[in-house]
Amino acid sequence: MSDERQLHEIWISGTEEPEWVKDSTDEGAQEMFIEEPESRLVEQEGIRVDDDFVVEEEIPEDELMIINMGPQHPSTHGVLRLQIELEGEIIRRTKPIIGYLHTGMEKTGEQLSFLQGPTNVTRMDYLAPLHNELAFSLAVEQLLGVEIPPRAQAIRILMTELNRITSHQVFLATAGMDIGALSMMLYGFRDREAILAFFEKTTGLRMNHNYIRPGGVAADLPDGWEADIEDIIEKVLAGVADYEDLLRHNPIWEERTVGVGIITAEEALAYGTTGPNLRATGLGWDLRKSQPYSGIEQYEFEVPVGENGDVYDRYRVRVQEITQSLGIVRQVAESMPKGDYRTEDRKVTPPPRARIDQSMEALIHHFKIFTAGFKVPEGEAYVAIESPRGELGAYLVSDGGTHPLRMHMRTPSFCNLQALPIAMSDSLIADTVATISSLDPVIGDVDR
Amino acid sequence: MVPKNRWREVAQAARDAGFEMLVDETVVDYLGKRPVRFELVAGLLSLRHNLRVRLRASVPEDDMNVDSLVPVYPGANFYEREAYDMFGLTFEGHPDLTRILLPDEWEGHPLRKDYGVGSVPIQFKSSPEAS
Repeated sequence: MSDERQLHEIWISGTEEPEWVKDSTDEGAQEMFIEEPESRLVEQEGIRVDDDFVVEEEIPEDELMIINMGPQHPSTHGVLRLQIELEGEIIRRTKPIIGYLHTGMEKTGEQLSFLQGPTNVTRMDYLAPLHNELAFSLAVEQLLGVEIPPRAQAIRILMTELNRITSHQVFLATAGMDIGALSMMLYGFRDREAILAFFEKTTGLRMNHNYIRPGGVAADLPDGWEADIEDIIEKVLAGVADYEDLLRHNPIWEERTVGVGIITAEEALAYGTTGPNLRATGLGWDLRKSQPYSGIEQYEFEVPVGENGDVYDRYRVRVQEITQSLGIVRQVAESMPKGDYRTEDRKVTPPPRARIDQSMEALIHHFKIFTAGFKVPEGEAYVAIESPRGELGAYLVSDGGTHPLRMHMRTPSFCNLQALPIAMSDSLIADTVATISSLDPVIGDVDR
Repeated sequence: MVPKNRWREVAQAARDAGFEMLVDETVVDYLGKRPVRFELVAGLLSLRHNLRVRLRASVPEDDMNVDSLVPVYPGANFYEREAYDMFGLTFEGHPDLTRILLPDEWEGHPLRKDYGVGSVPIQFKSSPEAS
């Protein structure tokens, strides 16, 4: 940037200079209309989008236009930038540009011990923090070979399924807002509050909980949790009824979503799209069914699928998943096993508070766990769970020390975003926002 | 374990055998732990058979060029850009191998083990094309 302010042409080039400009004696006004040099105009045109799209017929150069959307655009759910190549009103090519929220979490993960890991990964997908923690903890436990007590497993399922509901509620709220159903925004966030309050009561925080840790969970459920769950189920069901009233069979909503942003099953597989976006194409692939984790196979639920893979199907799948998850929550609450909420294995679990006052060894042990951390045997593990956005995998490599040699999270939004150019090509520019929000990308999850 | 020069061939064979989806492709830096420094790891998933398989290839530091998987699995695109960005591996036949998460003018590849933590002065400046 030069020291002087950069001033730009504000009228369409080629037109007559307005009278008042010629007559004006104000220096600033004169400066505004100096001819821009050719090179500067070329710069403003932007960088050509580079991908495999082949234009079938020759399009004259001046009919293609590249526009830049984001990175700070309210409907990009964070900081996502899109370069869109337009022919008239039709999108020909799209290039997502990411990295604006990159904070180097994989590098940070290598500096943190296995016990501190969940604090880090919980910040990736900030709408589903508990899923991140669960994937990481399961990977550590697989390396350690630790058995988790049934109560801890049930609490994990209870919390992650509640988290799936809040995530889908935010999806409905923001997708509704993006498409113009503003009341949906208020309804979605209103109903999410009940669950967030329960999370705060249980974990101490509304998000970024650090609740699910290697070895179990951080604390037992609070007193009176059964009543809270009852209350949540009631509120969420009432909320779902409201969403159905608002959106289902709503002609404006259908007009904006049916047949828009289609991803076919083949495209979804080729681009690694998972989760509700994959299920909307008609493939009933859900890791909770096919590769169950944490004892979720004990509970009955269905996997809702769509047909066409358009925005409407992605919305339908998520609404139905809310009710299915509620069913799981109810079953977990009814069959909550008694017992310990974390493993008795003293290697990963600190000694009970009372023991520390009596025993020097317990104090040392406690100190060692929280400063140096526990050692994890050499090896590597990849554990995948079904997060609200798709397959969330934690890939951990340990060299036998207390810190991972490599921590990699396979985050679903990163992959789902790759399918965005496919969903958007040859559609109208007016459908851009609907398509982006229907993929439900969380930029923290994309950039990490 | 796959020889590096047959990386794409093996992936193609796996896809023909029913592994429809590439779920993950990443790199591990074994600096000082193993004779060959980098290991490229790809996770494949077969929905039909409900199976997972992991392909690995050792990548020595003096020859970091690997065949891209994009012709086999288009979804490898972002992962290979990330591997290039974070580790400096290059992929033969990748359509657009540029940095993905870091700015274009960034120096070094941060996820390598010999790249320090912290103390990187971060300057927010406009990118070269825009100024």
